[in-house]
Amino acid sequence: MMKMLSDAGLEAVIGLEIHAQMLTETKIFCGCSTAFGAEPNTQTCPVCIGMPGVLPVLNRRVVEFAVKTGLAMNCRITPYSRFARKNYFYPDLPKGYQISQYELPICEKGHLDIHINGESRRIGITRIHMEEDAGKNIHQKDGSYVDLNRTGVPLLEIVTEPDIRTPQEAALFMKKLRAILRYLGVCDGNMEQGSLRCDANVSLRPAGSTGLGTKTEIKNINSFRFVEKALEYEIKRQVKVLRDGGDIIQETRLWDSETGTTNSMRSKEEAHDYRYFPEPDLVPLQIEEDWIKQIRETLPELPDQKMKRYQEEFGLPEYDCEILTEERPVAEWFERAVKAGGSPKAVSNWMMTDILRLMNETGTEITELRITPEMLASLIGLIEKGTISGKIAKMVFNDMYTTGKDPETIVQEKGLVQISDAGELEGTIQEILDAHPDEVGRLKAGDKKLIGFFVGQVMKATKGKANPKMVNEIIRKKIS
Amino acid sequence: MRISEGDVEHIARLARLELDPEERRRYTEQLSDILNYIDELNELDTSSVEPTSHVIPIKNVMRDDLPQPSLPLDEALGNAPQRKGNFYRVPRIID
Amino acid sequence: MPGGSSGGSAAAVASDQCLGAIGSDTGGSIRQPAAFCGVVGLKPTYGRVSRYGLVAFASSLDQIGPITKTVEDAALLLNIIGGHDPLDSTSADIDLPDFTASLSEGIGEIRIGVPDEYFIEGLDPEVESAVRTAIKLLEKEGASVKPISLPHTGYAVSTYYILATSEASSNLARYDGVKYGFRAEAGDLMEMYLRTRAQGFGPEVKRRIMLGTYALSAGYYDAYYKKAQQVRTLIKQDFEDAFSEVDVIVTPTTPTPAFRVGEKISDPLQMYLNDIFTISANLAGTCAISIPCGFSSSGLPIGFQIIGRPFDEETVLRLAGTYERETDWHMRRPEL
Repeated sequence: MMKMLSDAGLEAVIGLEIHAQMLTETKIFCGCSTAFGAEPNTQTCPVCIGMPGVLPVLNRRVVEFAVKTGLAMNCRITPYSRFARKNYFYPDLPKGYQISQYELPICEKGHLDIHINGESRRIGITRIHMEEDAGKNIHQKDGSYVDLNRTGVPLLEIVTEPDIRTPQEAALFMKKLRAILRYLGVCDGNMEQGSLRCDANVSLRPAGSTGLGTKTEIKNINSFRFVEKALEYEIKRQVKVLRDGGDIIQETRLWDSETGTTNSMRSKEEAHDYRYFPEPDLVPLQIEEDWIKQIRETLPELPDQKMKRYQEEFGLPEYDCEILTEERPVAEWFERAVKAGGSPKAVSNWMMTDILRLMNETGTEITELRITPEMLASLIGLIEKGTISGKIAKMVFNDMYTTGKDPETIVQEKGLVQISDAGELEGTIQEILDAHPDEVGRLKAGDKKLIGFFVGQVMKATKGKANPKMVNEIIRKKIS
Repeated sequence: MRISEGDVEHIARLARLELDPEERRRYTEQLSDILNYIDELNELDTSSVEPTSHVIPIKNVMRDDLPQPSLPLDEALGNAPQRKGNFYRVPRIID
Repeated sequence: MPGGSSGGSAAAVASDQCLGAIGSDTGGSIRQPAAFCGVVGLKPTYGRVSRYGLVAFASSLDQIGPITKTVEDAALLLNIIGGHDPLDSTSADIDLPDFTASLSEGIGEIRIGVPDEYFIEGLDPEVESAVRTAIKLLEKEGASVKPISLPHTGYAVSTYYILATSEASSNLARYDGVKYGFRAEAGDLMEMYLRTRAQGFGPEVKRRIMLGTYALSAGYYDAYYKKAQQVRTLIKQDFEDAFSEVDVIVTPTTPTPAFRVGEKISDPLQMYLNDIFTISANLAGTCAISIPCGFSSSGLPIGFQIIGRPFDEETVLRLAGTYERETDWHMRRPEL
């Protein structure tokens, strides 16, 4: 696709419009629960149903989350912001309007940096605003069925500047955004379930120019993979249209993951005229500097900051850092293990292999694991001191998981302390050498591979507790 | 006429109001009269006047993120003109 | 005809069917019927009484208020219905005084403003006469009276009809036949919407919805809605300027006495112009009361209006109470 673009002398201009469902207990304008998966129409009240005479009251935590997100994305928190009504008719919109923000959003002019091909690219954030979600329509042949549970669930709408140039960048941006939203505890970022939604705007223009071509809007993208695929398809489609001398029609197109194509939504009888006007039932917001300061202080160290710190402070490679900082609980677990004395690279290795494997196999969150960061740090310490071998350590690790006991206890109880006393080993080794005269002969004659055989035998005889390095040394000494 | 019957048809559509030809004609006349009268506002120079969207100086009204009981299913759906199972039912959507 | 839109309440009170009633006032719909029926009608300051539970018409203008036989009853009812409500974000979080407490205090040296713009051609001479007589009585009781100007009064009806109908067009969108209420027979969703709303709403409501939809629609928002909001600022400013010189403003409530049954006004514009004296108080968000001050020669009640500073219902009630004590209009009943 990139070749198609460059052959045609074009570049792609991509902007994203993201909706994130906020992890508040209650809806934005009423006290109904926001929990996912409830029986239809069991989480509604007169306010979110839009019954006559009801009025909205804003949830403070929604504002807090919006400000928090804005700060994390380097936005300006607007000193004066208010809500607006977006008017249209649809069965899943009970009031016949959506309460959103129009002219005065709560956050604006921010940015997010993504790392691609070793470089850092800055993607501008035009605005972030708060709004309410609509309900769900289920279409069947004999009619449509409306579930209003989701009406009023708080959403954050995040709009980027058209700074994205490739589908890959778009997917990276989404991944980055998702990680930040999860770090902040603002959204769980589940694209498949719909708690994080992404629409993309894409247009083409002559490479290097600054104007904007006609854009199309792509909807119905529900995974990171599809962000990339849908954009790839659409860009190719637009290149073909232009190459054949046609014009791009400004329209909304739906991504169809089954056919891997975007398709024009059947044209509406009339374009939407939302007739925005300021919401009279809600008063304006003037966020005090003090509150912003308070919220800023609750910002956790974000993925980028952690990555930088792990590389500088711990000398960890970028690859390790990316995996460790992907989820906040994992990063914090890592930090605790290092704090407890585990050497960073060793902790990282154990986490990337065994800890994450355990989590996946058993479907456990890292915070629920029986193995604590302190226990891992101890285990690493035991290896580094030479108390146990690396191989024994794997055994101890599994025991730690099943019993929850700390490594020292397990080593003690099972007598797994590595035998590193030359005197102790001498006897056993001599016995084994004596028991295999032929092999000793061949080894003396130059068949070095047999060292492995003898080490293996010693390990077997000592039930794995012999210090392999030492065994190796003693055998060589005895042979020569 | 200040506005045309076509305009009125368009507005009625936006507002989801079905009009018969007689109504369309009558409303066009009445709305035109009203709009003619309302034009008087153009006599005023408001270029440096802030619009008022809230008439009292209240700001920052918010509530805590505390759950309140929702309506039981039967109460929520109790007024539904058409109900099927746990859902509001509406005629199928064309388009 | 009792006037509207709280005409039912006013008529009920006037005909002794109840002790007092509640109405809603968006552009005069408490005060006008009160005047026509010879009873007391109070529109509190916007934010004084919670709007939760009131079927919304124009959210930035609606207020609930009492319709009663006497000023004291109005004060009593306001004590009950007033106050902060956490379910209404626009309800003011301020103390609720006892509105009956200061009723019998004298009016002291209260300064009354009489706006030139309300005594114009089109004002029924009997109404004017009754109102001026009322003002003289208040002067006798110790008030000082001076002429003032509310220069943008003439633009109030236009401003109101753009803002109120715009907000109403949005507030009434929920009546779509999906979740509650009337639903018309239909084959598809669009048909359902179109027929339900066409059959469910009366002609006046439909007219207002269309006017409001138009005023908000693409290309017209600046010229109509935004413009009206700007003029609203000017009207509000008129009142603020006036209240720096006077404590209350006294005007007729309506340009004419009540219409007779059958004397229907088929011209909507003409109908809207009857609200000309009450509308400004809604636009400014301040409080206003209508109390009876006489009868026309054909026996129809006439009312006059006292407008006060925002949240100063106490002064308005006190002045109204003083007037009431010196007269007996509230004891007389119109012929039924």
